[in-house]
Amino acid sequence: MTVETKLPYDQDYVRSFSENRKEPEWMKELRLQALDLAEGLEMPKPDKTSIKRWKFDDYKHDVAGESINSLNDLPEDIQVFLDMEDQNENLVIQRNQSVAYKSLASGLEEKGVILTDIQTALQEHSDLVRRYYMKDAVQIDEHKLTALHTALMNGGVFVYVPTNVQIEEPLQAIFWQEAPEAATFNHVIVVAEANSSLTYVENYISQNKEEHAVANIVAEVIAHDNANINFGSVDNFAAGTTVYVNRRGVAYRDARIEWNLGQMNDGNTVSENITHLIGDNSYSYAKTVSVGRGDQSQNYTAKIVHFGKQSEGFILQHGVMKDSASSIFNGIGKIEHGATKANAEQESRVLMLSRDARGDANPILLIDEDDVTAGHAASVGRVDPVQLYYLMSRGISQQEAERLIIHGFLAPVVKEIPIDAVREQLTEVIERKVY
Amino acid sequence: MASSTLEIKDLHVEIEGQEILKGVNLTIKGGEFHAVMGPNGTGKSTLASAIMGHPKYEVTKGEILLDGEDVLEMEVDERAQAGLFLAMQYPSEISGVTTSDFLRSSINAHREEGDEISLMKFIKEMDEAMDYLEMDKNMAQRYLNEGFSGGEKKRNEILQLMMLKPAIGILDEIDSGLDIDALKVVSKGINKLRDESFGCLIITHYQRLLDYITPDKVHVMMEGRVVKSGGPELAQRLEAEGYDWIKQELGIEDETVGQKA
Repeated sequence: MTVETKLPYDQDYVRSFSENRKEPEWMKELRLQALDLAEGLEMPKPDKTSIKRWKFDDYKHDVAGESINSLNDLPEDIQVFLDMEDQNENLVIQRNQSVAYKSLASGLEEKGVILTDIQTALQEHSDLVRRYYMKDAVQIDEHKLTALHTALMNGGVFVYVPTNVQIEEPLQAIFWQEAPEAATFNHVIVVAEANSSLTYVENYISQNKEEHAVANIVAEVIAHDNANINFGSVDNFAAGTTVYVNRRGVAYRDARIEWNLGQMNDGNTVSENITHLIGDNSYSYAKTVSVGRGDQSQNYTAKIVHFGKQSEGFILQHGVMKDSASSIFNGIGKIEHGATKANAEQESRVLMLSRDARGDANPILLIDEDDVTAGHAASVGRVDPVQLYYLMSRGISQQEAERLIIHGFLAPVVKEIPIDAVREQLTEVIERKVY
Repeated sequence: MASSTLEIKDLHVEIEGQEILKGVNLTIKGGEFHAVMGPNGTGKSTLASAIMGHPKYEVTKGEILLDGEDVLEMEVDERAQAGLFLAMQYPSEISGVTTSDFLRSSINAHREEGDEISLMKFIKEMDEAMDYLEMDKNMAQRYLNEGFSGGEKKRNEILQLMMLKPAIGILDEIDSGLDIDALKVVSKGINKLRDESFGCLIITHYQRLLDYITPDKVHVMMEGRVVKSGGPELAQRLEAEGYDWIKQELGIEDETVGQKA
């Protein structure tokens, strides 16, 4: 049965939105096609979380933001995400749905590296974007939200690293939702061609505690043969934003994708992080940490699908739940027939800080091949009283001892964030959310 | 620092409803080293844990006083701040917290806010203590006790003891699982603290440790009580003859109490 829902934006709106952004014809057609599909598709059904009452339809779609001349013009609470002493040469800042600041080291530009906002990429690298946009990673018709995302996409970045180019310094994107009701339909594409490597870090920031907004984000991360992608993020949408975020990776032969995701949203969130290990000997390590507080509900899926022989996938999810927050952590390792010698390992742990919080870890292994190794560990529990006793026996107060244990519990992702300022911000966000 | 006095009076302790300690009396003054010996399962470790305030142990009767202050009224961290320290037999592993960060937090917990130890001074003190205990410096950056060998954990306990400089140190089977070289190093660390301001309670069931750390007084525990006290010569007799003569002397058939403590 299809649910008849009237969408808040129609064909005329989408057509003129695309034309105003001077998008290529294929993009406009794709949007219109997706809008058609969206009408008939159902909402996603995350395991064990009902999102029926979540407000995915209350937002302002088209909100511009002013550009800035210098990073010094940024407000303090955005500056803190930058290593201000450094050059910040490889950086895109999006303010609402406009580019506020953009920079790429000239050396990288000469090598053919692209780091730009999605709107510019559609104008200047139309074929390249088209090659990857909603093709190999995410499909338009997976459900209503992927279709709506395609129809209404209004921001994001495009990262492209050519064959044999290795980038040492991290590429950074900051998505600053300054207007409280601005919707974030961001599309991020990260492509590493054969034998290349890159590190990309993105931050989502909003302050809308009361006003309602929606984020519907897709990131498609493609690592070609023997490429290496390290993808870090700190999501920090305020309580008013309802979030759907879908980060998906595709790894070809000998390629590696590492995810380090700090999931710190204050509002209801559905997060899917799925990696397809297509090529033989491909590898992914997906690490996520999250903190739930207030009465927010969150559903996280970390999934790695093995197609390639000897492919290796590791999932680590650590969550801290307080107040009456409730979270589901689905960890899925799937080994397809033919993926001999694949290895799928996962660990999901939830630390409960209050009696009213709910946390659930669901480890799932789906294996369609004999010659493989797989394992899982899952636990939901409180702070270990014997650990507390040990720390307190050195004079450390109970509160400080709990703080140390919680930071330690979330350290697997925090210590991997490659930009000092972002790592410190993640630590501070954790501090704020937990106490 | 002036010397402190720890008084344990008629201490009764239960774990999960089962009485383990049945009236322990013991007084330790600054400058004194006391050894508590006895076979396994006689309540020695329970005594150590009860003094520090382990959550599983319930004191049902008796008193513990530190310089006249009621220790049983204090939270675990307050006991530490008052001057007690327990080197544990099984220290917890804390993932994600480096040994160095933990040590610094511990030292600062003993200092006033605004008077935290400087990073330079801390590193200097830690390096010196680690050298003294012949420890690998990398250990400071490893997560607290995680993946440490038995010997590394024991050294780490003594490292904390040396850096926190408590008034009263309690060492719970610090010699178990140590080879002779490690035992010498650990003993060297403990002996360094020996002065009028430091009192020590050494729990062991081997005389071996007492070859390196000479106690002023030796106590034997059986059936959840101190059944015999004496000087260093008592430990030597126990080494030579075992515990049977005490059991015969006191008419004890089974010296153990409750489950293995």
